[in-house]
Amino acid sequence: MVGEIKIEHVKKTFTNPDGSEVIALNDVNLDVEPGSFISLIGPSGCGKTTLLRAIAGLDLASEGAIYLDGNQVTEPGYERGYAFQQATLFQWLNIKQNIAFGLKARGVYKKEKDEVDRFIKLVGLEGFEKSYPHQLSGGMCQRASLARALVGHPKVLLLDEPLGALDAFTRMKMQDEILNIWKEHKMTMVMVTHDVDEAVYMSDKIVVMSARPAKVEKVIDIDLSRPRLRGQDAFLKYRTEILEILDFAGHVQEAEYFI
Amino acid sequence: MKKHIIRLLPILSIGLAVLLHNEIPNSTLQPQAEKPYFTYFLEILLGLYIICVVVSYVSKAFGEWLITKAPLWAGAVLLLNIINLAFSKYAMLPVLYFPCLDRVFEVFVTDYKLLWECIRSSFRLLAWGWLWGAGLGFITGVGIGFNKKLSYWVSPFTKVIGPIPPTSWSPLVLSLFTTSYHAAIFMIALAVWFPITLMTSSGIQNVQNSYFEAASTLGAKKYYRIVHVGIPAAMPHIFLGVFYATCSSFVTLVTAEMLGCKSGIGWYLNWVKSMMLYSKVYAGLIVLAGICTFVLTLIFKMKDKILVWQKGMIKW
Ligand SMILES: Nc1ncnc2c1ncn2[C@@H]1O[C@H](COP(=O)(O)OP(=O)(O)O)[C@@H](O)[C@H]1O
Ligand SMILES: [Mg+2]
Repeated sequence: MVGEIKIEHVKKTFTNPDGSEVIALNDVNLDVEPGSFISLIGPSGCGKTTLLRAIAGLDLASEGAIYLDGNQVTEPGYERGYAFQQATLFQWLNIKQNIAFGLKARGVYKKEKDEVDRFIKLVGLEGFEKSYPHQLSGGMCQRASLARALVGHPKVLLLDEPLGALDAFTRMKMQDEILNIWKEHKMTMVMVTHDVDEAVYMSDKIVVMSARPAKVEKVIDIDLSRPRLRGQDAFLKYRTEILEILDFAGHVQEAEYFI
Repeated sequence: MKKHIIRLLPILSIGLAVLLHNEIPNSTLQPQAEKPYFTYFLEILLGLYIICVVVSYVSKAFGEWLITKAPLWAGAVLLLNIINLAFSKYAMLPVLYFPCLDRVFEVFVTDYKLLWECIRSSFRLLAWGWLWGAGLGFITGVGIGFNKKLSYWVSPFTKVIGPIPPTSWSPLVLSLFTTSYHAAIFMIALAVWFPITLMTSSGIQNVQNSYFEAASTLGAKKYYRIVHVGIPAAMPHIFLGVFYATCSSFVTLVTAEMLGCKSGIGWYLNWVKSMMLYSKVYAGLIVLAGICTFVLTLIFKMKDKILVWQKGMIKW
């Protein structure tokens, strides 16, 4: 099994234009087991995106290091797929070309052509292969963007509030779709969310982060069988527990969680 | 029923123009043409339009399109008709500068060979200048857009050189190049180079960084990101540059031809003006309008093809 992430003493500071420094992450330590599904949850602006981008190699840690299967992360790579909060589909490519982009860039498209079609089906976009992103709804774009990140079989999929822009109904449907893909491919999933229900519904582990500068406040194992029921007692107990920690961790922040 | 009437409008308009032109004699102040060339022109228009009408009964899509255009064409002919009345029939304006339309259209028959020579020569100049300018402009723009060092050293240079009207180089350029033909190509290339460089580099610099980030997490290396993300994302900007560049290339073409060349439509205009042959000036202007419209139409067709993803009307 591959896809083990080790985050060791990661610190990240940003320099503002006026020269002042912002500490976004301060001594973050975390081990993610291969093939597990973890969620990052924490007050807004605490550094969740920063951590995810550091794992992706889009921004490098100022101190400390991140390892994927023992190799230090120094630059972005396709083995760490990333689904952005906005779908960021390439507007000038149709849906099929978007999904095939990574395979073409790596020169393996000829070999893996069928994968593109399979993922288009998997995310339910058959018949829209030739459409351009502006012709699709937000949910469809988000699905295309997931397919694009998944088609290269990354060892890790990093998801930054992937469903944040969707309505409640589409959101629940997409949660199940993501779980299905995960079940089939067993890559490691790291998802940022601000929706506690979503985190409990989907994750093996929930990492609760404190307000800035972010540290890991608590790691909670979600010991529920799948598929999970949102109404069951144990589910609600986890939810309450997390909300309490968040309330404590983010007491300076305004509450902005979906309850 | 209403559609049939709309379809008939251009025919009525042409008919009216022919009728008035035949019935009212030209003003005696106007020098006359050998033959009623304006009538010939209208008859050719009528013939072409009747072909269009016939085709519209075969192809439904063409018919729909024709109906949207018919009132405009009828209006255009009506305008010609009014001009004809004002210039040729009643000589309301000085006849030296406003000749009768028969004589304007006569030029296309008498100067046919020379005009054709001029069109070819102008096209050759325009094509070479445009291609050199666009090619170099694109390369410079991409270089400046992606490379910080190049941007630091080259963009101030382009910002100083670029805004100078290209034809103002002519005193220098005409003595540096052995032929005025090459000098003209150089000036047209300069006119095209600047807008394309500017819009390409600014287009690339304004591409959302998230596109590049998405591409890099998908495994695209730097060169691939430049070609497959930066340039296509900047295409709408680049086309704006191409449009400005093409318009400025027309200005430069005509001015360059007026300054030094011994052929081309600019030279023709200058020459007939100096001989006070205003009917030929109008004919030259009509040809020039034709060239510019043709080139711009070509450019917009190209844009529609390349930027299909921008339009909201693609069918699948
Ligand atoms: N490029 C940057 N420059 C300066 N500050 C930044 C930058 N990116 C993020 N920050 C700051 O770091 C903190 C964490 O941001 P982020 O990781 O986006 O939070 P969130 O947990 O909401 O995803 C915020 O206070 C933000 O202002
Ligand atoms: Mg964020």
